[in-house]
Amino acid sequence: MADDAGRDALMDRLDPRARVAAAFAFSVLVAVGPRPAAALAALAAAGAAAAISGLRARDIVRRLAPVGAFLPLIWLTLPFTRPGQPVFRLGPLAATDPGLRLALLVTLKALAVTLALVALLGRMDLPRLGHALHHLRVPDKLVHLLLMAARYVDVLRAESARLASAMKARAFRPRASPRTFRAAGYLAAMILIRGFDRAARVHAAMKLRGFRGRFYVLSHFAFARRDLAFCAAAGLILGLIAWMQWTAT
Amino acid sequence: MDAMDGHLIRFRGVSFRYDDGRQVFDGLDLDWRPDENIALCGPNGSGKTTLLHLCVGLLRPQAGEVEVLGKPRKREADFHDVRARVGLLFQDPDDQLFCPTVAEDVAFGPFNLGLSRAEVEAVTEETLASLGLRDLARRTASRLSHGEKKMAALASVLAMRPRALLLDEPTAGLDPDAAERLVSALERLRLPALIASHDFSALERLGLRRVRLQNGKAHNA
Repeated sequence: MADDAGRDALMDRLDPRARVAAAFAFSVLVAVGPRPAAALAALAAAGAAAAISGLRARDIVRRLAPVGAFLPLIWLTLPFTRPGQPVFRLGPLAATDPGLRLALLVTLKALAVTLALVALLGRMDLPRLGHALHHLRVPDKLVHLLLMAARYVDVLRAESARLASAMKARAFRPRASPRTFRAAGYLAAMILIRGFDRAARVHAAMKLRGFRGRFYVLSHFAFARRDLAFCAAAGLILGLIAWMQWTAT
Repeated sequence: MDAMDGHLIRFRGVSFRYDDGRQVFDGLDLDWRPDENIALCGPNGSGKTTLLHLCVGLLRPQAGEVEVLGKPRKREADFHDVRARVGLLFQDPDDQLFCPTVAEDVAFGPFNLGLSRAEVEAVTEETLASLGLRDLARRTASRLSHGEKKMAALASVLAMRPRALLLDEPTAGLDPDAAERLVSALERLRLPALIASHDFSALERLGLRRVRLQNGKAHNA
């Protein structure tokens, strides 16, 4: 990836399968939990993972930004829409105690899950992610959908950029007019048609190399001792979070 | 070696019309012998790509006979062994390279031929090395230059160990250096090639017999 600080951080050397599995288990566990304290602990654990991810703080913040943009909406609506004991009033609106707690819980959960995903998977390129998913028995069709999309998104983007600049070269300037909407429609349709033609050619090329509907995976992952240590640590942390969520008083 | 004493490809009275009614070939005859390279020329729309696709059964003619490697080929199943032995290099390498990494693209064909993993790895390694592409093995196809993509696509075809090559505009869009690399790789391979192109200046030294497509027929030029 382009935004790496140091090559080969500890996280990069861990088995991608273990990282994907940990990210999945963590996300599910944190998402279903009812207690803010557990969510706070989860956020701390995600922070620890971020510390060994090799990502710079700046890049982590940049990747969390979309969540940050979504959270104010939570704080503007949730506290005022839950029934319960009012804590303070804004004109006709009353912020309730359960509402504020829920907003806090959602905030902590969203940050914890996103930070964990960024830390565990942020520096994994898509081919490795695809292979990890394949080894974790995710259906092949989904994996190949992901990998093909990753492979061809640049081709499609280049194609749409070429068409768009061809439009510009003929003095096209987008306005709020029916003509603009029609031109945009043509552009979208042309990208679809070209994508369809491209898919037919790719399939033909695959057939020529003997494709009969089966894919093979070339790369292997090696599960090393440090991966065992990582899995043990992840299991321990997940267990602790689960305990805080449902058992601890 | 059935084909070595006969023809690689033999078309007799081949007629082909696209679904939209465009008639491309009308009684076309063509002979390609294993000891010759053919330069297929003709204006846009004269059917150069169509002819290459007929050779490997991506398209089927409405009339006439297509014989490849000494056997008549009519149905889809007739072409399965043709595709392993006659390699087609597409004009746009983005059509050919669909895997996340170059090594996997090169390995795709050999896997489909039923080779074991160890054999596939050996073939992949050897093919990339023979073209001087070892450094590209772990790279992602979408991040390669056009010239590198073209070479990687050629590697993916050669990994099938073909006995003949069909090349669709092999040097189109390549800068002189990249074209030179491709042509000298083809020269070293010594595989018979049927090349469709507009511009044979870079390909001249492969020793080409010119065949011109015009009005639905092939003419020696």
